[in-house]
Amino acid sequence: MAAMVRLLNETDNIVETAYQRKNAAEAERIQEFAASVKVQAWFRGSRVRCYVKHLNKCATQIQRRWRGFLGRQFFRYYVKNCVLVMKLNFYNLQATKVQKVWRGYYVRKYVFNYYSRKRYLEALVIKNDIIRNELEEYAEQQEQNRRRESEAKDKAARERLARKYHYLISTHVIPGVFNSPYQPYPGPMEYTLASVKPLMHKKKKSTNNPYDPAWKSYGHELPKPQQLPPLPHKPQGPFREPDEVQNQRYKEFQPTLRVATSFTALDEAREKMKAEEWVGRINDDIFVPFSRRDHMYEPLLHSTSKFGHLPYGTNYFREEFVDKHVTRMPFKTVVPPIPVFEKLNDTYSQGQV
Amino acid sequence: MSQRQVLQVFEQYQKARTQFVQTVAELASRPQNIETLQNAGVMSLLRPLLLDIVPTIQQTAALALGRLANYNDDLAEAVVKGDILPQLVYSLAEQNRFYKKAAAFVLRAVAKHSPQLAQSVVDCGALDALVICLEEFDPGVKEAAAWALGYIARHNAELAQAVVDAGAVPLLVLCIQEPELSLKRIAASALSDICKHSPELAQTVVDAGAIAHLAQMILNPDAKLKRQVFSALSQISKHSVDLAEMVVEAEIFPAVLTCLKDPDEYVKKNVATLIREIAKHTPELSQLIVNAGGVAAVVDYVGDSKGNVRLPGIMMLGYVAAHSENLAMAVIVSKGVVQLAIALSEEPEDHIQAASAWALGQIGRHTPEHAKAVAVANVLPKLLQCYLRADASEDLQTKSKKALKNILQKCVHLPALEPLLHDAPPNILKHVVGQFSKVLPHDSKARRLFVTSAGLKKIQEIKAEPGSALAEYINTINNCYPEEIVKYYSPGYSDALLERVEQYNPKA
Repeated sequence: MAAMVRLLNETDNIVETAYQRKNAAEAERIQEFAASVKVQAWFRGSRVRCYVKHLNKCATQIQRRWRGFLGRQFFRYYVKNCVLVMKLNFYNLQATKVQKVWRGYYVRKYVFNYYSRKRYLEALVIKNDIIRNELEEYAEQQEQNRRRESEAKDKAARERLARKYHYLISTHVIPGVFNSPYQPYPGPMEYTLASVKPLMHKKKKSTNNPYDPAWKSYGHELPKPQQLPPLPHKPQGPFREPDEVQNQRYKEFQPTLRVATSFTALDEAREKMKAEEWVGRINDDIFVPFSRRDHMYEPLLHSTSKFGHLPYGTNYFREEFVDKHVTRMPFKTVVPPIPVFEKLNDTYSQGQV
Repeated sequence: MSQRQVLQVFEQYQKARTQFVQTVAELASRPQNIETLQNAGVMSLLRPLLLDIVPTIQQTAALALGRLANYNDDLAEAVVKGDILPQLVYSLAEQNRFYKKAAAFVLRAVAKHSPQLAQSVVDCGALDALVICLEEFDPGVKEAAAWALGYIARHNAELAQAVVDAGAVPLLVLCIQEPELSLKRIAASALSDICKHSPELAQTVVDAGAIAHLAQMILNPDAKLKRQVFSALSQISKHSVDLAEMVVEAEIFPAVLTCLKDPDEYVKKNVATLIREIAKHTPELSQLIVNAGGVAAVVDYVGDSKGNVRLPGIMMLGYVAAHSENLAMAVIVSKGVVQLAIALSEEPEDHIQAASAWALGQIGRHTPEHAKAVAVANVLPKLLQCYLRADASEDLQTKSKKALKNILQKCVHLPALEPLLHDAPPNILKHVVGQFSKVLPHDSKARRLFVTSAGLKKIQEIKAEPGSALAEYINTINNCYPEEIVKYYSPGYSDALLERVEQYNPKA
């Protein structure tokens, strides 16, 4: 109870104290509140900043990793591409080289070889010269031949003329027409006349031909030998029996069929046949096709044969056995041809471009 | 009346007939008598005499008829209308060789005038009779029959086919192997007439083995035979490559070239035609001719001959040059361009000039090298002259224009082009200026020369429509020169300078 009493005694005191304290606190409160707010604000601020900093750090880390990953990936990709392009360029370069060499070779060999062309043209010029010379020589030779012939002809004509006028030659006493007395020398014709023989009249063929050894004619009769050839002294044997010889000498004439038949027998037979035909014929006028176009042209019996004309040369020119073909279409290769190789050794042969 | 007196009457009659036909035949050989004879009714009088019992009278009557029919187509038609042909054909198979000859002569004389008359001869069945005559022993009969067949075949392909169908070709080929020159000639001419129509007919003749025999006769000294032989060979080879190759395979090549030097004009012409017909087909055949030295021979021949004889040679050079640049170069090194240029300037006739222009165009169109070779021969002004001449034919104009264009488009040889700047019409000038515009930007020497030779001045004087190709070319040329020079050469520049003098204010 004491405590209670004491407490009760001290109640005013306590209240007083409490008021005092409260007032004191009240007096300080706003300032303290502001201070505490400031403190809190600072603290919270620093805590959040720290956190954000931490977060940023983490994000940076992630980003760095990610970007590094991406960058490395891109780099790998880029390097790959670069290598590819480099290789491609390199291969293209090599291919170009190969193509260049091949095309050069191909063109020089098969299309246009400058030196070969040059050589060919030079050879052609030489060939042309040779041909020109040959032709020139040939023409000259022909010309000479012709000239010689015409000269010979002229000469013959002149000579004939001279022979024809030979009777105009001068004699010792009377000068001829070509030997004018008013000139110191006779004309050239005079000398020509002196150098040729006069033209004689044509020799008439003598009617009584002697025996001609060339068997061209026998004349009127065979020549008679002046005397008979001498007989040998003694006949030479062995001989056949006289009867046999006699039979042979007087045997009957047995001509061959050819000799036995008359030479004109064929014609006679033909005449006879014609005459017989004529007897049987009613109308003598032979009907000959003149200008009818609707009929086929009828060839003569003489020129036709039962075999007819050969179709070869008019209907077709080469033999082909169509029925033996497997298919009607011409064969085709499965693989398409390579045009360059098709041309190989086709456009080119030794000795020409 | 005694028997003698009776017979005397007959004898007199026969003598009178003989005399009549002989006189008529003689009169018919002169053209001035023909009309009188025709008016006197000679046809109707001769017709019964063809059936006379005396062979001499028959023959002479046929001869007279032939001479009449030979004269003109009216008389030939009268022979056809008078139904004389069936008699003749009938007796062709029957009578002796003299009569056959005369009858074949009549058939030939009738058939020669027109296809219709030849057709009427064929309709009478003459072909078979004539073919039988070809088998005759006597060369005169064969000759007459071959002649008639040739005249029938020459008109058109149908008639020639009829002749071939009658089996004439093998016999004609036999005829050219006979020793008689005139028979050979006529058989070759008949073969030529048959082959000229179509490749099939030519093939038939070739199949009968004609080429080998014809080729053998190339070196025959007889000029008239050679004419026909070469004509036949060229008619065979003109149709196709195969036929031309067969002709070439007969190894005619170095040998025919000698005939280009023949004194006979027609032989030369026919040989050149043969070479042309072979060369025109393929580059290979042309190459073969070139390798045999044919181009040199033809060039010489073009130089030696005149007028129409030249023409096939000129065309042959053109055909060869047209095939490839190599062959064109071969023509150039064989000095073909010079001869063609001479032919172009010498020949008075338009068609030969046109052929020369065409050939030159074919030579120059391949490369600048070719064009230069042509231009150096001073051909371009002549071509231009041909193109511009007032009396030139249309063909010559087109051909020379084409040739000029072809050559100009390849030509980079400027000295040859310069004269053309001054006198070419605008459509040619375009190409000339175009060539300058191609060369000048790359060649400084040429630029200098172009100015000193007054080419630039001429260029400035050209009035080109803006936007046209010509204006573009001129612009390109102007761009290769400094502005002052271009201005200096422009027309009216002196006036502009004087104007500037007037407007100038001195500073003092």
